Amino acid sequence: MNDSLKRFFDGDIWWSFKQHPLVMIAAVTALLCILASAFAPLVAPHNPFDLKTLNLLDAFTPPSWTTNGKAQFLLGTDDQGRDVLSTIMYGSRVSLVVGICAVLLAMLIGITLGLISGYVGGSVDAFIMRVADIQLSFPAILIALLIDGVARVALPKGMHDQLAVYVLVFAIAASGWVQYARTVRGSTLVERNKEYVQAARVIGRKPLAIMFSHVLPNVTGPVLVLATLHVGTAIITEATLSFLGVGVPPTQPSLGTLIRIGNDFLFSGEWWITVFPGAALVILVLSINVLGDWLRDALNPKLR
Amino acid sequence: MTRSKIYCALFSALFTTVIAILPVSLEAKTLRYASQDDPQTLDPHSANLLPTNRVLSQVYEGLVMRDKNFKIIPGLAVSWSQPDPKTWRFKLRPNVKFHEGQAFTADDVVFSVERALHPLSQLKSSLQGVQTAKKVDNLTVDLIMKEPNPVLLNHLFQFRIASKEWAAKNKSEIPQNYKDREDTFSSRNTNGTGPFKVTLRQPDVKTVLVANADWWNKNSPEKGNLTQVDLLPVKSNATRAAALLSGEVDFVLDPPPQDIARLKGNPNIKIVEGVEARFQYLAFDSNRSELLYSDVKGKNPLKDVKVRQAIAHAIDVEAIKEKVMRGLAVPTGSVVPPGVQGYSKDADKRPAFDKEKAKKLLTEAGYPNGFSITLDCGNIQPAADICQAIPPMLSQVGIRATPNIVPQATFFPKIQKFDTSMYLLSWGAATYDALYNLQLLLHTSTGENTGFGDSNYGRYSNPKLDDLIKKIGVESDMKKRDGMIRDASTIITNDVALLPIHLPLVPWAMRKNVDAVFAPNNVAYFFRFKLN
Repeated sequence: MNDSLKRFFDGDIWWSFKQHPLVMIAAVTALLCILASAFAPLVAPHNPFDLKTLNLLDAFTPPSWTTNGKAQFLLGTDDQGRDVLSTIMYGSRVSLVVGICAVLLAMLIGITLGLISGYVGGSVDAFIMRVADIQLSFPAILIALLIDGVARVALPKGMHDQLAVYVLVFAIAASGWVQYARTVRGSTLVERNKEYVQAARVIGRKPLAIMFSHVLPNVTGPVLVLATLHVGTAIITEATLSFLGVGVPPTQPSLGTLIRIGNDFLFSGEWWITVFPGAALVILVLSINVLGDWLRDALNPKLR
Repeated sequence: MTRSKIYCALFSALFTTVIAILPVSLEAKTLRYASQDDPQTLDPHSANLLPTNRVLSQVYEGLVMRDKNFKIIPGLAVSWSQPDPKTWRFKLRPNVKFHEGQAFTADDVVFSVERALHPLSQLKSSLQGVQTAKKVDNLTVDLIMKEPNPVLLNHLFQFRIASKEWAAKNKSEIPQNYKDREDTFSSRNTNGTGPFKVTLRQPDVKTVLVANADWWNKNSPEKGNLTQVDLLPVKSNATRAAALLSGEVDFVLDPPPQDIARLKGNPNIKIVEGVEARFQYLAFDSNRSELLYSDVKGKNPLKDVKVRQAIAHAIDVEAIKEKVMRGLAVPTGSVVPPGVQGYSKDADKRPAFDKEKAKKLLTEAGYPNGFSITLDCGNIQPAADICQAIPPMLSQVGIRATPNIVPQATFFPKIQKFDTSMYLLSWGAATYDALYNLQLLLHTSTGENTGFGDSNYGRYSNPKLDDLIKKIGVESDMKKRDGMIRDASTIITNDVALLPIHLPLVPWAMRKNVDAVFAPNNVAYFFRFKLN
């Protein structure tokens, strides 16, 4: 363990990381966001979902540094009297969970199909890639909307709210697997004719074993880059769906839901209800994207 | 040279034609109207819901109508008399035609009375006390009463007349079954005698009304100049306000309360404010022996008057008025709003906001740790916002309430099937008489549309109140009647049969060039509107 840690700190990636101050800032920001949302119940100043602590008379309190602000509500309160800072912490929790789970699921589907497609080839390859092509011709948000709509009708009424998060994860994953499948397939096509794969085949290993224990480790680099960038996109997709009112139910709001709620009060001058969740979304996605971009450059041997 | 002269002549000829045509095309006056709601149906008798009434009252007419000042005046009837206490005789207006050209006769009135009294109709109250209609001659109709109704004309204001011939042709003789969301010809098409006809109907997208050039009342002094109205449902609060600010729409029926100040500050926009005889209220399932949506099993806490009182004491109406309504509301405790026949100040008492008392009442009722319950609301403003504001208040006295906000199209059929434990709704006194509210909201419900308890979806039942309501219905001494209404209101308040919250003040927002006439039932009567 110590050895591999040492190898990591001696390696190119760590060196490149230290060379880029912007990347370091992004990494710290992303980490802070993740920690703040993961430990929201411990660090958030209020629990916005404990109805007993809410007071409607606190509603629309502006941020604490403005004239009518109150010290206990740093970023002000929303229309229900909930602390905006706390709702952001709890809200980014939902956003992050949905984003990360969706990416993991998309990776699982994409890598499996990509490996099979690249390794087996022939009509299987053609079939999987044509499905991928068809799907690529639809915008991701449309596919997510379609799946959500179908789930809404198919699931019993009471169940939908409880299962909303799973539906959302599935919808976003289903609209994002193509990228992984294509990337993995491309790399697999290159790898499968190399000597080590032929050697494995000669000693009689099964195709599945070759795919997952020999080919897969050699194609993960680009997938990692894709996945990092995809987390950002997935969070945005989730926010878009929730903004449109088809995402998570209002009882467990994500950042997108918070922005939608605040949107109603933009004209009347209560800007903090929507601006702060919006800013939180931008910061979170931006730092993830900066990390992803850097990872792509750091892992690209041609740019070193 | 000659060629250019020809061009010149041609051009000027063309120009004069354009000038000649121009005044005609300028006369098209289209009002683009936005509100968050869309009519639930176009059937004249199937659903008694405000968004539906708002559109249908432009298209269909009744025997009587109301003028600018909301006084009853002759409509499709030119005069009426009461030959005996159980008969009302109406002389009908001659030479009136339906939009599709059918002549209006006594047969249409008799048919429409039958249709509005059909078991599927939710507008039986528009014919309160009427047993049947009898044709005397082509332009005379008798309404035969089963019991006297001193305020029949007020009720008749809501009664709409459709063409018998048209209904027969299109197999729409009976009302659409709204509760089961039936789709019929008459729920999508109209044929009235009114100032506007529906030329386009796309549910939740757009409804277009075009002025009826042959309207019998087109020379009325109240007549405005609109030739077309585009009704646009715009759900989002911010979008509605933005559309008005940018000039994309001319009129917004329900601007969001939080944006009134901003709209008032815009020189191109004006606000017309009015009071509607409508109140927002909470209603309870006080009928079932076990609530559908609660963790209390084996009994129904809402049957206990103490629990209902506790809820009344737990709700801070002032906070709702201040924060949700931005001051545009008057807290009330009565189911008979001011301005309605029978209103009395003594009965308009609200339980004070008192959390301690609420907790005490809950403990006395046997729920020291409270209970859980679901509050059903339609996704319409401000109801949805109030619906979110109430659960925290109830939680603070121990009642763990969860708001369940669903689209209007789901909400109404749901509560009409009594599939609710507690719901938030608003109610307008359409006839401007207390009986309408008492009878429809608080008389014991039979589960059918009988004109008694039709809108009592919590199925509150109190035999003493039922008796009183029946007596009010047939009492013709107005003074005695008002006294009985006061007694009924007091029973309701003490028993918390319903929990009135407030009367919303109604602001209409429009571009400066719109001349609107406010009607106290919060309906924009487009024939009185002008576009300058």
